[in-house]
Amino acid sequence: MDRFRMIFQYFQSNSESVMNGICGLLALASVKMYTCFDFSCPCLPWYNMAYGLGIMFVPPIALFLCGLILNRQSLVMLEEWRRPQGCRKKDLAVIRYMCSSIMQRAMIAPVIWIIVTLLDGKCLICAFSSSVDPEKFVGFANASLVQVQQLLAKVPCKDDELMRNNTSRKAVSKYLRCWSQALGWSILLILIVAAFLACWLRPCFNQATLLQARHWSNYIDIEQKIFEETCCEHSRLFAHKCILHFFESMRQEMKLHSFSLPREGEGAEGEENLLRDITNKDQVNKLLKMWYYEKPPLNVSQATQRHPLGRDHKTSKIK
Amino acid sequence: MDKFRMIFQFLQSNQESFMNGICGIMALASAQMYSAFDFNCPCLPHYNLAYGLGILLVPPFILFLLGFVLNNNVSMLAEEWRRPQGQRGKDPAVLRYMFCSMAQRAMIAPAVWVSVTLLDGKCITCAFCTSVPVETLGNTSHPGLSQGEMKRVLARIPCKEIYNGQELIANEVAVRYLRCISQALGWCFVLLMTTLAFLVRSLRPCFTQAAFLKSRYWSHYIDIERKLFDETCAEHARSFAKVCIQQFFEGMSTDLASAHCHPPRKAPADVGEAAEKLLGITDQGTMNTALKSWHRCKPPLHLHPPALPSGNGWAGEEQPPTHPPVPRREMAAYYSRV
Repeated sequence: MDRFRMIFQYFQSNSESVMNGICGLLALASVKMYTCFDFSCPCLPWYNMAYGLGIMFVPPIALFLCGLILNRQSLVMLEEWRRPQGCRKKDLAVIRYMCSSIMQRAMIAPVIWIIVTLLDGKCLICAFSSSVDPEKFVGFANASLVQVQQLLAKVPCKDDELMRNNTSRKAVSKYLRCWSQALGWSILLILIVAAFLACWLRPCFNQATLLQARHWSNYIDIEQKIFEETCCEHSRLFAHKCILHFFESMRQEMKLHSFSLPREGEGAEGEENLLRDITNKDQVNKLLKMWYYEKPPLNVSQATQRHPLGRDHKTSKIK
Repeated sequence: MDKFRMIFQFLQSNQESFMNGICGIMALASAQMYSAFDFNCPCLPHYNLAYGLGILLVPPFILFLLGFVLNNNVSMLAEEWRRPQGQRGKDPAVLRYMFCSMAQRAMIAPAVWVSVTLLDGKCITCAFCTSVPVETLGNTSHPGLSQGEMKRVLARIPCKEIYNGQELIANEVAVRYLRCISQALGWCFVLLMTTLAFLVRSLRPCFTQAAFLKSRYWSHYIDIERKLFDETCAEHARSFAKVCIQQFFEGMSTDLASAHCHPPRKAPADVGEAAEKLLGITDQGTMNTALKSWHRCKPPLHLHPPALPSGNGWAGEEQPPTHPPVPRREMAAYYSRV
């Protein structure tokens, strides 16, 4: 009991940590996807560039969109942005804050994919092997232009018959890999320095506004969750009342039709109260049939209860 | 009470996350199924296309249907769709909401299967190996083959052990080419699916939020109402059964007492609960008769009102008829007061 309440409270107050958890999982998933993915460069002149750059940039876009989809706060932010003003003013600072925190979290998995790709090197080798300067490498300097293009395109494929023991292939491959890793580490360094600076310099600018924006964005999130919970509880109570009314109206209808003499005491036995005068097979079958063929109207106000036939003159529809 | 409410809220607010869990498990299961599946390309001209496309498209369809079957809200949707209108109007928006949310969840496992298949590349390699552009990729010095002969040679590309067209086009070159196309298609498919999902999720708050809140509330309501009705019926059935059995034992014991010409023993006030619970059956013979009677003719599904105290030991009817009966004997009128 207490445990449920604690878990509930934890999730309610820590939606940020839930989001952080999801974003961490997505980052791990992106690394795992890269290692499982069987990179297979086509080793053909124009296809290499398309394939290499495609593998480097298309999955990050998909991961970014996944990060936005899986983040509950993005829906909350969109609702807050698009809602009619009504009696509650809209604070753009809050919406901006929410947007930036969502974007930051969603960017983590794509950036990790790009960095892992660069550090591994296969993508860049595949994409740019045709673009290296053949003069720099002994094996390719003396061949004709077309042949050079074909040979360079085959550099990423170690097992190709032309390239099997070619030392120039290894030279080109190492050269491109070195560039790729340098690029990867530089990007990582720049991002970490930027994050560091942002963390340290943020309190110098507008700290009060930031605190306000964070508070109200948390508030909007919690308010929405509690609204959903309240609706659930309300629909449960509504359903309970509706069913009780239905049984009551069936009971009255059957009382009318069966010409029974009034019983000695209404509360004769505890068990019989529960039975609500529905005490034989035909009555039960009739009740079940009525439930299917004519569900009661969605109206549990007191006035509908007293009609003897259990039918409601005001047929209320789901509005 | 508080405890039930908390549990109910937790389950209800987390029914969606329960469904999400099932759909995540199905996605993992589909990836696992693919890796466990032993792909075996036939390497014959027309069979390749059929096999490859079959493996690409038939399991996702099955997974989609399975996604619907495993979703226990499907029966709720069907019931709400087919019920007669009665006193309660039907809202098509609610039905649409329920169907859309089920379909979205059911689409995930098939999408995972198609992505994994395309990213792996074996299916497309098998299906389209006869369409490889030999002019650009192959060795131009090779003497021309007839169309059919070339197709037969190309069809063996996925099967390295029996491939005999190395002079026509190198096996690795063709496989790399087809795999590259397959992976490109795979990533485009993944991007397309995530873009669609993103659009569906983000356009909704921009356009139809109020209608969405309404549909969500009423679809939860229908689900809760159905569950509560089942619980109420179960409670009613329990009480019904209890009273029916109690009345059966009472009838039995009164019958036997009168058959032996004993007056019904009134239990002295100070005997206690245990004697009451014996329901008047206190010896082996009586118990055996009771059990046999329960087996041979169960009492009708018709409960009597509670008995008035009476001094005579007359036997009431053992089996009152199910409809409000015409009393056969005047003494039996007391039993028939329904």
